[in-house]
Amino acid sequence: MSGFAIKLRFLRLLALAAFALLLTPAHGQLTVEITGAGANRIPVAIAEFGGDAASSRIVTSVIRADLERSGLFRMVDSSGVALTEATSPAFGDWKSRGADALAAGSIGASDNGRQEARFRLYDVNKQAALGGSAFVTSKTMLRAAGHRIADIIYEKLTGEPGVFSTRVAYVVRAGAARYELHIADADGQNAQVALISREPIISPSWSPDGGRLAYVSFENKKPVVYVHSLASGKRVVVANFKGSNSAPAWSPDSRRLAVVLSKDGGSQIFLVNADGSGAQRLTTDTAINTEPNFSPDGQHLYFTSDRGGSPQIYRMNIGGGDVQRVSFEGTYNVSPRISPDGKSMAFISRRDGGFRLSVMDLASRQVQVLTDSNKDESPTFSPNGRMVLIATEMGGRGVLSAVSLDGRIKQRLSIPAGDVREPAWGPFNR
Amino acid sequence: MKRLVIPAALALLIAACSSTPEGGDQSGAPVESRAGGPSVATVTTGGVDGGRLPAVLTDPKSILSKRSVYFDYDSYEVKAEYKDLVTAHAKFLTENRQFRMLIQGNTDERGSREYNLALGQKRADAIKKMMALLGAREDQLEAVSLGEEKPKNEGQGEAAWAENRRGDMLYSGEF
Repeated sequence: MSGFAIKLRFLRLLALAAFALLLTPAHGQLTVEITGAGANRIPVAIAEFGGDAASSRIVTSVIRADLERSGLFRMVDSSGVALTEATSPAFGDWKSRGADALAAGSIGASDNGRQEARFRLYDVNKQAALGGSAFVTSKTMLRAAGHRIADIIYEKLTGEPGVFSTRVAYVVRAGAARYELHIADADGQNAQVALISREPIISPSWSPDGGRLAYVSFENKKPVVYVHSLASGKRVVVANFKGSNSAPAWSPDSRRLAVVLSKDGGSQIFLVNADGSGAQRLTTDTAINTEPNFSPDGQHLYFTSDRGGSPQIYRMNIGGGDVQRVSFEGTYNVSPRISPDGKSMAFISRRDGGFRLSVMDLASRQVQVLTDSNKDESPTFSPNGRMVLIATEMGGRGVLSAVSLDGRIKQRLSIPAGDVREPAWGPFNR
Repeated sequence: MKRLVIPAALALLIAACSSTPEGGDQSGAPVESRAGGPSVATVTTGGVDGGRLPAVLTDPKSILSKRSVYFDYDSYEVKAEYKDLVTAHAKFLTENRQFRMLIQGNTDERGSREYNLALGQKRADAIKKMMALLGAREDQLEAVSLGEEKPKNEGQGEAAWAENRRGDMLYSGEF
């Protein structure tokens, strides 16, 4: 595990949490705590934007919090300076404050009571504009505008797309007989409840188009796989065969799901159409076969099986053939998830009695254990592949933790007094 | 490492939320989007009502009131001490063909939730197989798994885990 050169804690989040009071629905929000950061963070200044001061504060605080939370940027003090995208910055001043990059902008009135958020990003050393954009927004959408601006700044400065506008799904156990499926922004704010049940909900999985979640619900006293359209709340039973139905995973084209059914005895992997029709069995042995996960090209399924005597990760083609063992170190390797670029696999490995997030480079088969915790579960990649979100346990209750692929950056997301588990990071917001 | 202090008012708001009424409705009203992004509608699942069972299944003096089979760690074998219990239930099902049984396999909390679901299925399948050999009909039996999701004992350690490595036998009306 990498040591943390820098430990950060941002009291600014307190202010954000207080602010969230104004917007929060009547249930818990995730709070974010950063416990590690990259060694070489880019110093960035986000000036106060021009125009309506209250709106500007919302947008710039979201941008700053997003960039800080990523662990890749260090915020340079910009206090007392309001700067619009139309004014040429005093580059010398910003250089002496230590900024390599600077963002300026404005929030102005637009038609029909809407607002327009404009911004421009500068390279302070080259004294040149790196890009800019304008969004039509509204008072209630200012946070979303901030996330989109942060995504553009992130991409301009790192070369990778940002994930601040994406959403995460997770399950909250809110009482002995109360389970809630939440959908929140990637910063834990704006949580909405998609499902309330007296029985457990596990294994949420986003459709690649971002509109639906597949999951396993125990509301009928047995595991049944549903596909839930988030905007309408409409639910379709995808697999309710005799026995257990579980572990849904979407194919990259959103047309099919891999599921695990026990209808023929044991736990076997099947492919079904997204409407539940056309179940086709892929595994045929008598061992446990579960936790299927598609490769991004849709040609392979990674899965967990105990066919070799202990749970290990295997790979097969989507016809069920050409089975290869993928994990070899240790006696318990489960929950494979393939990175969006297809090059890495996040999984959970039992090491020294603890269940720990690990990453394998699929070309070299090199494994790196990324945490030293005891109860990591359910890894899920950010859509840009830079972070892995897991469920883990702190102080006897479930929290989510986002860990960078090199293990250096860690963020903890928790709900006060709530037990959070089963994260699923949604796709890019298109 | 220090935790973030959550404003008391936020905590109160969260506490207040647990009083949301529940109903059998499968499609709730759409929820307003608060800070952009598509809105998410809230759905509340329905419940399952219990029914009445004959006294022989519920009388504490009857062996049929006992419904649980406990398993050793990493084992799916129905131990000798539970053979009389499974035999009695198989006999009841043989003599009462109108009854159906749901066998729920359970595991302790260690490890992956989905892998534990598969392990619990193995336990439920073992009980079901024994019932079938003793005369219960296939269409009377369903073996399912709850994995680690419904622990009988939510504590930590071997004593709690042993209680959770279990198969439960439920009759129509109990599930």
